[in-house]
Amino acid sequence: MATVVATASAPRIHQPRKVGIWTPAYTLWLREIVRFYRQKARVVGVIASPLLFWFVLGSGFAHSFHSGSAGSGEYLGYFFPGAVVMIVLFTAIFSMMSLIQDRNEGFLLSVLAAPVSRSSIVLGKVLGGATLASIQGIVFLVFTPLIGVHPSLSAIAVSVAAIVMISFELTALGFAIAWPMDSPQAFHAIVNLILLPLWMLSGALFPASGASGWLRILMRLNPLTYGVDALRNALFPAQATEFSLAMNLAVTLAFCVLTFAASWAIVNRRTNKPAA
Amino acid sequence: MATVIRSTPTPKNLTGNKAGELQPISIVDLSHNYGERTALDHLTFQVRPAEIFGLLGPNGSGKTTLFRILSTLMVPTGGKAYLQGFDAAREPNKVRQQTGIVFQARSLDIKLTVAENLKHQGHLYGLKGATLKRRMEEVLARVGLSDRAKDTVETLSGGMQRRVELAKGLIHSPSILLLDEPSTGLDPGARRDVWQYLRMLRDEEGVSILVTTHLMEEAEHCDRLAILNEGKLVALGSPLELKSEIGGDVVTFETADALAAEALSQKIANRFILSPSVLGNAVRLEHEQGHKFVTEVVEAFPGLVDGISVAKPSLEDVFIQRTGHRFWTERESA
Repeated sequence: MATVVATASAPRIHQPRKVGIWTPAYTLWLREIVRFYRQKARVVGVIASPLLFWFVLGSGFAHSFHSGSAGSGEYLGYFFPGAVVMIVLFTAIFSMMSLIQDRNEGFLLSVLAAPVSRSSIVLGKVLGGATLASIQGIVFLVFTPLIGVHPSLSAIAVSVAAIVMISFELTALGFAIAWPMDSPQAFHAIVNLILLPLWMLSGALFPASGASGWLRILMRLNPLTYGVDALRNALFPAQATEFSLAMNLAVTLAFCVLTFAASWAIVNRRTNKPAA
Repeated sequence: MATVIRSTPTPKNLTGNKAGELQPISIVDLSHNYGERTALDHLTFQVRPAEIFGLLGPNGSGKTTLFRILSTLMVPTGGKAYLQGFDAAREPNKVRQQTGIVFQARSLDIKLTVAENLKHQGHLYGLKGATLKRRMEEVLARVGLSDRAKDTVETLSGGMQRRVELAKGLIHSPSILLLDEPSTGLDPGARRDVWQYLRMLRDEEGVSILVTTHLMEEAEHCDRLAILNEGKLVALGSPLELKSEIGGDVVTFETADALAAEALSQKIANRFILSPSVLGNAVRLEHEQGHKFVTEVVEAFPGLVDGISVAKPSLEDVFIQRTGHRFWTERESA
């Protein structure tokens, strides 16, 4: 046979190359960003739809339910932090949907088969989604003059910090939910069952103070409530809010850590079952 | 000169040998169960340096399970798989450094360019900067796609995409390349290209290549083969060795139906003291001198035989001989 040539070349066993945690995380993060801006419809949709939602929904609610003395303008103001969190939520959901797509298409397989620590995978993917969500949440702050708020620099800083944390916790939560799934439909079901109610009961639409007893308890237990409240602290410093800013930020940060840990734990399982 | 440097010859048979762990891929008593179902049943074999090793088997034979274990995506329920001496279950990251993997499903991001896909892959393997750039140029040149680096993957043909997959798997200069059904969905031209690249890698870079396939034609291209059936290793050797074990010609008589086949088989067995096998409505046997035997049978049992074929043994014949049934069982009913 003519195919015995290769015995001449020595077996090329490599010195294991050190693969850090940051390069792979960076590359997965970058991919999320590039993919997003390459799909123009996504960019338009995510900026335009919350604006539409905020204005239409906010105006509608304000006219229908004259809650106490609050006029239409005031409800639009009240709804503003909720709208910001909605944008963040939508983007987080969208980017974690791509996790399911990655799994179905095979991209995820090649990432999983690479000598990359599982934490880099979570970090890259979650930071990617969180970055997109943050950018859009922050961009929405441009509209604060529409509700008559002209935030100070420190108010902007606090808002940005809150938005970044909310983005991170929601993306990490979405990651933990999407990871074991292989169908976008199933993910949608969970979105409707968990993520949307999480937003509705976060004080985004109505304050906990006006809610009935059991609803108020649910809202207090909802970690997202504290994120929305933190934004309210920053944008309306004069108004009394449910909790103090420090507490809001602390709870939100704790939930960031918790959701990330959950994602990390889910990804790190090595099992006798197919990985993808 | 007094000193003669001699390369150690590759031992002929390493099955069950300790030295087997030094081979690029060494599979030792490997088993895997999905719950009650056994997918792999105590496999043991080695892949030698710089060979193209084929894993041939019909769907459900355990190829995919074995591929998942070798690509460290799944931990086997029993036994070991070593790649360059590292245990795939216990040292996955060391194994991953050594292996390049081309999955059957497309793993490229079609929204990104060819270069971007390769760059991400390089980063995942710890390659950066100038080294990565050089490797990207090398692998693209290797698969003949240097001029398409800036194109988005979705604009490439299926054959080109598979070549990019190959480039992607090679970016970190692996010593082992694993390919799952590499010619699925490719036209014959693109298929030939892929095989040409694989031979080049074997000959010029000494890469050890493991290919899973369910196609006999493709298996013929491999240096050595393992044939799997229902999770068991049924044959191991070069295609030529395996076929020559059969000896002589493979003779097939076609009859009207299964009953007639059974009857003919009985008659041949009694008259010629042979043990033919019945496959659906055909009777199959191996004979030293097929062409002469055929005339004897037709003269002895006129009217029973509808069709005759005499052929040199194929890999399918190897499979039939070892398992007692056809490669694709669906064909029996057809």
